[in-house]
Amino acid sequence: MNQLHASSSNLARDFGITDDRSLALFLKTLPGVDQVGAEARAAELATRSIKKESKSWAIDMAISMVDLTTLEGADTEGKVRSLCNKAHRPDPTDPDVPHVGAVCVYNDMVGIARTHLDSIGATDIPVAAVSTAFPSGRASMEVKLRDTRDAIEAGASEIDMVIDRGAFLSGHYKSVFDEIVAIKQECGTKAHLKVILETGELVTYDNVRRASYLAMIAGADFIKTSTGKVTPAATAPVVLVMLQAVRDFFDRTGIQIGVKPAGGIRTSKDAIKQLVLVNEIAGAQWLSPAYFRIGASALLNDLLMQRFKMRDGYYASSNYVSVE
Amino acid sequence: MSKERIDVKKTYKLFINGAFPRSESGRSYPIYRKGSKVLLAQPAQASRKDLRDAVRAAREARSKWHSASAYNRSQILYRLAEMMEGRRSQFVEEIMAQTSASKSVAEKEVSEAIDLWVWYAGWCDKIGQISGANNPINGPFYNFTSPEPVGVVGVFAAPDSPLLGLVRAMAPALVGGNTLVVLASEKHPLSAITFGEVIATSDVPAGVINILTGIRSELSSWLASHMEVDGLDISGVKSGSGEIRALATENLKRIADFDSSTSPNRILALMDQKTIWHPIGI
Repeated sequence: MNQLHASSSNLARDFGITDDRSLALFLKTLPGVDQVGAEARAAELATRSIKKESKSWAIDMAISMVDLTTLEGADTEGKVRSLCNKAHRPDPTDPDVPHVGAVCVYNDMVGIARTHLDSIGATDIPVAAVSTAFPSGRASMEVKLRDTRDAIEAGASEIDMVIDRGAFLSGHYKSVFDEIVAIKQECGTKAHLKVILETGELVTYDNVRRASYLAMIAGADFIKTSTGKVTPAATAPVVLVMLQAVRDFFDRTGIQIGVKPAGGIRTSKDAIKQLVLVNEIAGAQWLSPAYFRIGASALLNDLLMQRFKMRDGYYASSNYVSVE
Repeated sequence: MSKERIDVKKTYKLFINGAFPRSESGRSYPIYRKGSKVLLAQPAQASRKDLRDAVRAAREARSKWHSASAYNRSQILYRLAEMMEGRRSQFVEEIMAQTSASKSVAEKEVSEAIDLWVWYAGWCDKIGQISGANNPINGPFYNFTSPEPVGVVGVFAAPDSPLLGLVRAMAPALVGGNTLVVLASEKHPLSAITFGEVIATSDVPAGVINILTGIRSELSSWLASHMEVDGLDISGVKSGSGEIRALATENLKRIADFDSSTSPNRILALMDQKTIWHPIGI
């Protein structure tokens, strides 16, 4: 039998998983997702009307959950620094606006982001690095581990890793599992691990549920929908399935895993819909930046504009928020 | 089967981003045949969110309309006049029903509206020539000034003359390359929506003109205070323009207020003069 990675936790054994066979059996026998039901429920929750006071609470909560992200080949040090400024003080004219959840950048920008955040007094904002040959994940294990170590040494306290979707879809669950375990080991106590499932490539909701469990049992602290480089990304039904998974996992093990939708969430309305999903599916204890994050870049400006509108009483203009 | 036919009545809806949605609020208000209790239609009563959607559509359409060549813009506006001509009888009927004008008066209004539209269409590629300049300066530079559109303009159709009031308000702002959010006459909104159908069939890019019907006193303050609106043409406002002007100051909206309907200055009032320096020999 192919035993699992030596350092895989007792958790796997609690689920009766010891080798590749029992892992595959566990994942294959997870209850299937009712596709029509999940889509209908997500659509129904999206129609919830949010009244003024709740809305202004939700906007501030959403701001504090944003993982302010720039993942472009054209990123420069200057751009990363201005992103950090924005993360610290989203609205420079109003100190009541909370800071964002984290700054999310490519590996080589981690040091620049960390140093700059510290220099502006934003020591409490973590830097998240996308690691393990993001976004495709197509590299040797050695490279992925080195990539992760690099990011942590440069000051990253959150690692967003991608899973090997090719291996997952071919049924090589063990290799995906072992990869996550190894990266988690590399993170140790120094960094939080977010596992990107890239749901847009997993094809079915059943696969999303399987991948969620796989990642959680392997030791993920967060499960994240997408890289943002593939569409569709964080659709409501996918987030719903993942929220069900963390809720059920918590009920069974007492371990609370976070969820991070990323990609395609651009408006305040989208963000508030996500918060409704969190509250209704996972529960209010997930309504915190410690357990729910939104990976986005354009979203923050829209949240700020909604905030202006609620403060001033008239519709705001994008001329009054910064373009990063 | 009975021989009597039940006619298919038109639902008068809003015109936003090239589509004809109902108000998101679900509201509508009754329009009666002038001087009687005969219901003509139940046009949509736009809400604040409809206005927001219209402004967003107009903002997104800016580059499409502004980057079209001036010649192309004028061709599209001519085309629009052709479509108006094709709808002549419908416009005449609607004007008669809404205002109790005689047929000849209504026909005269439609002709005047089409002619005015054509007159403005011709200005698209000429306005830059009469107001732009090559400025003499003391240095090795070319120095040009040319008029540029301000951006999104809110226009208020005059309450009287259903079609002509609308055309007077829209045409000058459009010629300069602005995109529009139009508040139709509260009492005579039907011609405005039929005009929307003309726009939809005449190559004007979606979102360049958005038409809202509804209660003027509700809509005007929302439009005047919206920070993404860059200018207002209030020539069609008969009362309450003071409040509109006050609200417009927050982001220094350009305001046009004219008595004359045929003046190139009306076009220029909703344009900015942009000056460009360019070194000679490069």
